[in-house]
Amino acid sequence: MSTQGIEQPHVQQPPGRKPPGSRRKPTDASPLTPYIFMAPYLVLFLIFIVIPGVFGIWISLHNWDYLLPGKPWVGLENYTNLFSSNSTTGGPFWNSMEATGKFTLYSVPLLVVIPLLVALILNQKIRGIQFFRAMYFAPYVLGVAVIGILWRYLLDPNIGLVNYYLGAEIPWITALPWAWVSLVGVTVWWTLGFNTVIYLAGLQDIDPALYDAAKVDGANSWQQFLNVTLPGLRPILLFVVTVTILASANVFGQPYIITQGAPGDETTVAIMYIAETGLRQFNMGAASAMSYVLALALILVSIVNFVVFRNRGD
Amino acid sequence: MAQTTASTQEKPARRDPAQLAKLFLRYAVLILLTVVFIAPLLWMLSTSLKPLPQTTQFPPSWIPQEFSVQGYSTILTTSSQTPVPRWFVNSLVAATAHAALVLVTASMAAYALARMNFRGKNILFAGIIATLFVPQFVFLMPNYLIVDYFGWLDTLLAVIVPGAAGAFGVFFLRQFFLSLPKELEEAALIDGANRYQIFFRIILPLSRAPLATLAVLSFLVNWNDFLWPVYVLFSPQNLTLPPGLSILNESYNVKYNVIMAGGVIASIPVLLLYLFAQRYIIEGVSRSGLKG
Repeated sequence: MSTQGIEQPHVQQPPGRKPPGSRRKPTDASPLTPYIFMAPYLVLFLIFIVIPGVFGIWISLHNWDYLLPGKPWVGLENYTNLFSSNSTTGGPFWNSMEATGKFTLYSVPLLVVIPLLVALILNQKIRGIQFFRAMYFAPYVLGVAVIGILWRYLLDPNIGLVNYYLGAEIPWITALPWAWVSLVGVTVWWTLGFNTVIYLAGLQDIDPALYDAAKVDGANSWQQFLNVTLPGLRPILLFVVTVTILASANVFGQPYIITQGAPGDETTVAIMYIAETGLRQFNMGAASAMSYVLALALILVSIVNFVVFRNRGD
Repeated sequence: MAQTTASTQEKPARRDPAQLAKLFLRYAVLILLTVVFIAPLLWMLSTSLKPLPQTTQFPPSWIPQEFSVQGYSTILTTSSQTPVPRWFVNSLVAATAHAALVLVTASMAAYALARMNFRGKNILFAGIIATLFVPQFVFLMPNYLIVDYFGWLDTLLAVIVPGAAGAFGVFFLRQFFLSLPKELEEAALIDGANRYQIFFRIILPLSRAPLATLAVLSFLVNWNDFLWPVYVLFSPQNLTLPPGLSILNESYNVKYNVIMAGGVIASIPVLLLYLFAQRYIIEGVSRSGLKG
């Protein structure tokens, strides 16, 4: 959708043309005007993004227990603790990082490939395609809390529909590898519509003349896909991969509700551990340090991803 | 995006048997996928309308053999630990106020960034956009303390205000404002209109579609937000629906008709919104992808 559909407003004709000299440029009478327009957003931006961005680092350099009056400076200790073998936070933290890493590794390929297939299925000229697109996207508008309680029921080993229709007794939530299969499967089902819609927009931006040219050259469907569709989707692919990696690394709600970190702490993902450490046990200094380590890891992954895509483009 | 509508107007092709079979196969795949995505949601609705013994009964019945509003009445006759109607109102208030706050602050800032010249504009815009790439979880601890400093912990303000600092709305609306023809504003300036009049009488009325998109997306995101409210809201009567559902899930353990009734109640507003504003939601998402 773009601006074409919008009616032009009724702009009054100037009653009598003023002499050209008095024609004001669309600059502003008062130099304060732009700042007045910016002010409401800037206040929010300062208080909830800029200040916390700096404050978070400050917290991570202290032994910051929310419940205690004293918050002693500890320098980089919260960071070095994460890397020393005899600290209490290091072990569980890296376990949780590993859990997030596994979830990302399992879910990203599926969330890149399956939505592309669905988008190709949806990108055909038959009646009712808008309806099907709307159906596939529907789970995505529901929140993770609804999705979580619904699938906990569906995946219940005794009374869940999944085991009933499979005729199996699979411990979907309480044992490995099933807990990962469940979390990844539910996430794919839930968020597939998002990537599909993005792919679909990309597919529809590919010039149909390219397909016609390929057909003239005798290319079959598969060759058309490889030589027209995939190259045409490259910027979209970079976006989808990047956004999906970020979203997967932010995973929290699904394991919080469905597996509750079990079995053991196998599916206790990084954000679950960070939030519990900082906002339940109020060990906020350590939790802040952990969140910066996770952010750094994410930035590194994003850079690698970007470089890989750029090099393939040459 | 206009191509999709054009595609449905394809001339009815000659229907030889091979083509018919192909068409049938296509629809079979499309319908099968629909079942995969919709059936779990129908199961939630169906379970919520069953008496408790039927929720664990095999073979499962997709249409309740006996309808019961037991699940809903359990929720609606407010228990002090799981006041679902209260959570519903809280969620509605929070998501509406959040969307309104985003619309006002983002549209004003976006207009200044798109159309005015002022000192520090470019660096400011670069700084705002840069925060789109900072993962939200690094703000978790400091924002908890800031919200606490304002005395907003365990109040709806904690879930309404901080999220409105996100840069998406500013970025999204600025792109749209840049695409509007400048001549309209120049003509209005000649007429002696000031910036405020231009903004409210020309720019905003021209921007109904993107404003609606941003409002709907902000409402959805806030309605569904889970991580932040789980930690900043604690009293049963102050929760929004997502953290509430998580508690409902624990306190009613295996009473799935009650739990699914909670799920249905939390889903109805967003599914209605999706039904009526589907275009805005899907276009908003696909555009965020193209512009990213």
